[in-house]
Amino acid sequence: MRPLDENETTLVFNKLHKFVGNNLKNIVLESQSHEGPDANPGRYCFRLQKNRVYYVSESLIKRATNVKREKLVSLGTQIGKFTKAGKFHLTIQSLNLLAANAKHKVWLKPTSEMSFLYGNSVLKGGVGRITENIQVNDGVVVFSMSDVPLGFGDAAKSTVDCRKMDPNGIVVHRHADIGEYLRMEDDL
Amino acid sequence: MSIEKGVKSSPRKKQKAVFALQKESEKEELLSDSDVTDEPEKLEESDEEEQGMDSDSEMSSGGGDPFANDILQGSDDEDDEEEGSEGSDGDSDSDESDIEKRAKAIDDEKAREEEDAEAELQLNIKEEADEFRLPTPEMFPVVELMELIEAFEKPRPICLRTNTLKTRRRDLAGVLLNRGVNLDPLSKWSKLQSASSFLPVMALAPQEKERIVDMAAAPGGKTTYVAALMKNTGIIYANEMKESRLKSLTANLHRMGVTNTIVSNYDGRELPKVLGNNSVDRVLLDAPCSGTGVISKDESVKTSKNALDIQNCAHLQKQLILAAIDSVDANSKSGGYIVYSTCSIMVAENEAVIDYALKKRDVKLVPCGLDFGRPGFTRFRGQNFHPSLDKTRRFYPHVHNMDGFFVAKLKKMSNLKQTPQQQSETLGEVDEAPGLVESNEQNNVEGDGQKHQKKKAVVKENKKTNKKTNNGFTKLGTGEKAAASGNEKRVKRKRPSREEIAKTREEKRLALREAKRKAKTESKAASK
Repeated sequence: MRPLDENETTLVFNKLHKFVGNNLKNIVLESQSHEGPDANPGRYCFRLQKNRVYYVSESLIKRATNVKREKLVSLGTQIGKFTKAGKFHLTIQSLNLLAANAKHKVWLKPTSEMSFLYGNSVLKGGVGRITENIQVNDGVVVFSMSDVPLGFGDAAKSTVDCRKMDPNGIVVHRHADIGEYLRMEDDL
Repeated sequence: MSIEKGVKSSPRKKQKAVFALQKESEKEELLSDSDVTDEPEKLEESDEEEQGMDSDSEMSSGGGDPFANDILQGSDDEDDEEEGSEGSDGDSDSDESDIEKRAKAIDDEKAREEEDAEAELQLNIKEEADEFRLPTPEMFPVVELMELIEAFEKPRPICLRTNTLKTRRRDLAGVLLNRGVNLDPLSKWSKLQSASSFLPVMALAPQEKERIVDMAAAPGGKTTYVAALMKNTGIIYANEMKESRLKSLTANLHRMGVTNTIVSNYDGRELPKVLGNNSVDRVLLDAPCSGTGVISKDESVKTSKNALDIQNCAHLQKQLILAAIDSVDANSKSGGYIVYSTCSIMVAENEAVIDYALKKRDVKLVPCGLDFGRPGFTRFRGQNFHPSLDKTRRFYPHVHNMDGFFVAKLKKMSNLKQTPQQQSETLGEVDEAPGLVESNEQNNVEGDGQKHQKKKAVVKENKKTNKKTNNGFTKLGTGEKAAASGNEKRVKRKRPSREEIAKTREEKRLALREAKRKAKTESKAASK
């Protein structure tokens, strides 16, 4: 387990910025952790372990240093992975973090929830609500109508275009959804 | 007619060749003639058969009788069963009344030494010596024995637990009902449905901001429950030895939104070394076991386990529980508890392990906080356990309508490695032992010599060597080593008041050790 270096940090923050925008400071700087019995819990940090990036509080990190590198499997919340090519992808486990701080959101109609959870992209006909000011290739978090986060992805169209589209057009390219916990448990 | 069918199908289900043969051969005898054969074995088996008929008929005709009996209350089984059997059918009343009388007679004769017999029936498919069958049924009265076996055949109802980190029970219930799932809220335990695997967590009662270790965490049902109860505060160490199960553990943790967990892949026995002794507030040990309690989920357990497997499991469990106790900090403000649970009903894995822990460490049993469930055994088949073992709890499928289970809650009284009663024992043991295992004695004494310098690193090293040698030993061997290392530990740490009583003994022991060390320093010098 080690902290991220410069390049890695840049990559991670860029990706996160796509989804949460300015709320990034919430995640990184001002977060207060309530974990651990210590009086001063400290903030959350990112750590890298076996090409996976974890978002953990400092008190947890201190405790985890006892565990040998081969034996440490996971800590805190995983937010993403680095590929062999060096790119950073956010994984579904980061959903809670993203959803809490998301700038751009899409709400799905109940009928198209299941389709999204099976791995399909979001079509215009399935969109219930959508936040304003979404540009193309913005990160979008997908919710159900009852505000349950379902996944996240890339915006294929801006909000403005979205209104003009036909009902079968793709609005959001799906990157990750919570159905993956069942479908691809082994890959996580 | 229904009775015959019932009897025929159950032997097949149970896959006991011997049992089945005897059953089928005796079935006609029973129906026509209520006299029982001479041999004690057959007597018991035919009794069981007769009771089997009764309980089978209960099952088929009564349907919900055994289930109606329990519902989470420790019911009075014998009364219920008698009522059920009386009311069930009128096909062969005379046979039944005879059977009942005989059953009652047997019940009166037997003490509470049952389960092993029934479990062994289940476990030993091959021809076993008569000694296994003759003491049947020792844990249950015969009537109940059949109930238990029958209950193992049926699946337990699936229970759900709401992930309180993400939703509320009402919301979840609403959504599931909309999808057509039949839901019956079991509202007895404060807002949550529970099945036997949640009981140990309820017994553990983790508080917020504590440090908790879950020593055998996969696939993560209990760990996530602990995290939910702690509301994601504090720290949980989730440990799992088998790599293949780690993936499901991490996936479940992330899916449930648990953020305060460190997942590691150690052998549970190594955890005190990794985490440091006396460093956590509570430990949950859901020990790997033979699985005799969950036969309803996995029928292969009936055929694949024999007495040797139980022995191995028990040995591992004893080591794990000692490791668990060593990790806990007795002086922690809010904790100092260890919860030990298994999904097995075998005494060797349950009461025997707890008794061992009571002897080896300064812990005591406290009430689990679960108000139903049967108390554990304080004696069984000639073995006498510590009287406080009645604070442990056993759960049975036929009584509580959940999987067979055992839960015990221990409180660590102090960070000593050894109880005062043991000190006098070790004096005797150390004297006699030298002949037994010389090489390890050498290791031990070398460690003693080093420890006299009272350095922490050395202490750890000694523990390591002790543990390594321990693993190869019989219980007697391990007891000695643990005792010896415990002596060292005590010398090193601050002393609670109990030490005052034991000081004279310790001085005696020190003297012994000095003498030994002098004898061994020569060999040490020679080896170096």
